[in-house]
Amino acid sequence: MTYDVAVIGAGISGAAVARELSRYRLKVLLLEKEAEPAFGVSKSNSGIIHAGTQNPPSSLKGRLCVEGNRLMREELASDLGLNFVQCGQLIVIFDPADLPELEKIKADGERLGVKEMRLVDRAWLDANEPNLGPEVKAALLVPSAGIISPYRFVYALVENAVRNGVHLRTSCPVTAVGRGADGLFALTAGGQRFAARFVVNAAGLRADEVSALAGAPTFTITPRKGEEYLLDRKREHIARHIVFPLPTKTSKGILIIKTSDGNPMIGPTAHDADDKEDLSTSDEGLAEVLAGARRMMPTVSRRDIIAYFAGLRPASGKDFIVRHEDSVPGLVNVAGIQSPGLTAAPAIAVMVAGILADRGLELKPKEDFHRLRPRPVHLFQVPLERTRALIEQDPAYGDIVCRCELVSAQEVRDAIKRGARTLDGIKFRTRAQAGRCHGGFCTTRIMKIMQEELGLAVTEVTKRGPGSELVKEERK
Amino acid sequence: MAAALAARGAGVKDVLLLERDRHLGGILNQCIHPGFGLHHFKEELTGPEYADRFVRRVEADPGIEVSPRSFVVRLTPDRELSYLRPGALEEVRAGAVILATGCRERTREMIPIPGSRPAGVYPAGLAQKMVNIEGWIPGREAVIVGSGDIGLIMARRMALEGVKVRAVVEIQDRSRGLARNVVQCLEDFGIPLHLRHRVSAIRGRDRVESVDVARVDADLRDVPGSAFSIPCDTVLVSVGLIPENELLEAAGGAIDPATNGPAAPAVNLTSLPGVFACGNAFKVYDLADSVTRDSELAGRLAAGYLGAGA
Repeated sequence: MTYDVAVIGAGISGAAVARELSRYRLKVLLLEKEAEPAFGVSKSNSGIIHAGTQNPPSSLKGRLCVEGNRLMREELASDLGLNFVQCGQLIVIFDPADLPELEKIKADGERLGVKEMRLVDRAWLDANEPNLGPEVKAALLVPSAGIISPYRFVYALVENAVRNGVHLRTSCPVTAVGRGADGLFALTAGGQRFAARFVVNAAGLRADEVSALAGAPTFTITPRKGEEYLLDRKREHIARHIVFPLPTKTSKGILIIKTSDGNPMIGPTAHDADDKEDLSTSDEGLAEVLAGARRMMPTVSRRDIIAYFAGLRPASGKDFIVRHEDSVPGLVNVAGIQSPGLTAAPAIAVMVAGILADRGLELKPKEDFHRLRPRPVHLFQVPLERTRALIEQDPAYGDIVCRCELVSAQEVRDAIKRGARTLDGIKFRTRAQAGRCHGGFCTTRIMKIMQEELGLAVTEVTKRGPGSELVKEERK
Repeated sequence: MAAALAARGAGVKDVLLLERDRHLGGILNQCIHPGFGLHHFKEELTGPEYADRFVRRVEADPGIEVSPRSFVVRLTPDRELSYLRPGALEEVRAGAVILATGCRERTREMIPIPGSRPAGVYPAGLAQKMVNIEGWIPGREAVIVGSGDIGLIMARRMALEGVKVRAVVEIQDRSRGLARNVVQCLEDFGIPLHLRHRVSAIRGRDRVESVDVARVDADLRDVPGSAFSIPCDTVLVSVGLIPENELLEAAGGAIDPATNGPAAPAVNLTSLPGVFACGNAFKVYDLADSVTRDSELAGRLAAGYLGAGA
């Protein structure tokens, strides 16, 4: 089949582009090198829907972030059944001499169109963010910031895109981007060949390599590592806002991040790395994150940490790259999408559709575009009376698989029906294995459900795709 | 089960035994090694045999209603309980509640062990369940972090299944497990025990490929130049147990933050009247026989609270 557009990479950028293009009468292909969408850069995202502050007023990322934030609040959260929580953010200072810095962030934000920001004093903070430490002197309150589950955002976009006709192909790393005699792009991915009129390269950490394969070695991606540490859900109420220090030159600093699932998170570090595969955490990273978080909130304790991970930001210069490559007609690069990429993605997608239209892609709206995507059930998000109704409708909602996060067998089955193929895919969709016991209780239960639903031998069940099998041998 | 039977023995008429698994017996069912019952029954039994002695008595007792696959989601200070089971959300009110919820394993995340996060890192108890209940062999070459009893027993268990157990790595200067387990599970199988060492990194992208091990000084800091690598595809983590008291905590019961056990003046008590905790939920025991002894006391305490038999 010949596709109108091939989107490379099913992270947040590629997923948003695919979903945006699925509004139109187009044949769209979404290629992902990993076993499931969101398994690259996006899975390690902090889950913050930024307001647009902490970006230069002239930057692409600032403009797209403000627009993405608006799209989330006004459309996407309800259309896609996302658990977006507009908790607001605080940027705190430890020295009254830094007040002009906050004033500048506020003025820059206002120029970008961020609304309702205000400086708050220590008395306000005592009343509204009581766990802040004594070193904090004042803050900038930014009410339009919020939180979301980053991978469930990606899954919602991909599910809705697929519902609207997009073809998703996972475990398909792109290894060649050439031209056929017909002038179409000829892509080789996962050993298969695909033809497409346009290519949107949203390959995250590999975007530079994919662009070079296509003949446009116009930028490089430098991985910048961030280590994050998750706290027990018992500490859910440690902070009411997302709490930031003043930004540094390379990052927004070590934050205290509320998450939409309840577990607060602290981090991330920001250190340039050499290896695009290196997702290791370190003793030094933990110490840095703890020190940064405890300066803002001294009650954060190492004992509260239940999980940790590292992610790599795909950095390329200071701003996003969202452009047509004139040297390779039909190639649109979406690259260097580091923070605030999760927020900006829906706006990036609209921009990409515009670029493609400018290059001759006809965007005819589908009459039967399915804008809405029902919200999956999560028992941990619903009151007991709703749980009762769910169990009456489907008994397996009463069959608890994950004790720490309260996940039922039905939710695991539902995740598989929605596309989960690996233990991590089930974890990201349902939270089963993400709690304090780290899968000690539920792993075998989930593996059995996967075997039933997917017809797998236990030796074929993986954590995150081929090579990550959990069991080497079954004794009968 | 011991608490339920003892409560009945002390005159309680109506006991509801809620079990989240399909079968009674809890962790004993996966402990297929011997060593149970020497005190309580004066004979050596395996875990499942030990559990079965209680299962038979529970099932024969018309005053104990067993509800399997039942997961308690809510406990109030006045002893209202909500639990889920396939097909129903049930709500009951009890005169007394005994929490016999056991303990959970500390994980690599709690130490924490740095490095990558590939497949092949398991809490030792999970690996025990895989091997003994499911018949799944998790790997070919294993390193065991921590020398708790589960780790020692799993070292032997894996060796018996043909897995090459490369080492047990213990940060302290002696094993945390029973002396008999060090002898029977490690020495008899020629498995090296590295005391005063720690796993300083787990390596491998998709599946574990190796671990870095370093010697530590008296302050548990790495000794420079002491690090070495052990190739393996599996890491079992056996670094301690934590009483499982989230229900008690949610009900407002006081928790000792150092142990996660109930903050209480005496064994089996909690800060909530009529709510008792026994076994590993109260404190982590070395021996199942001791759990049984104290859990029977919990059953009698609950009966006393109810004024049963008076």
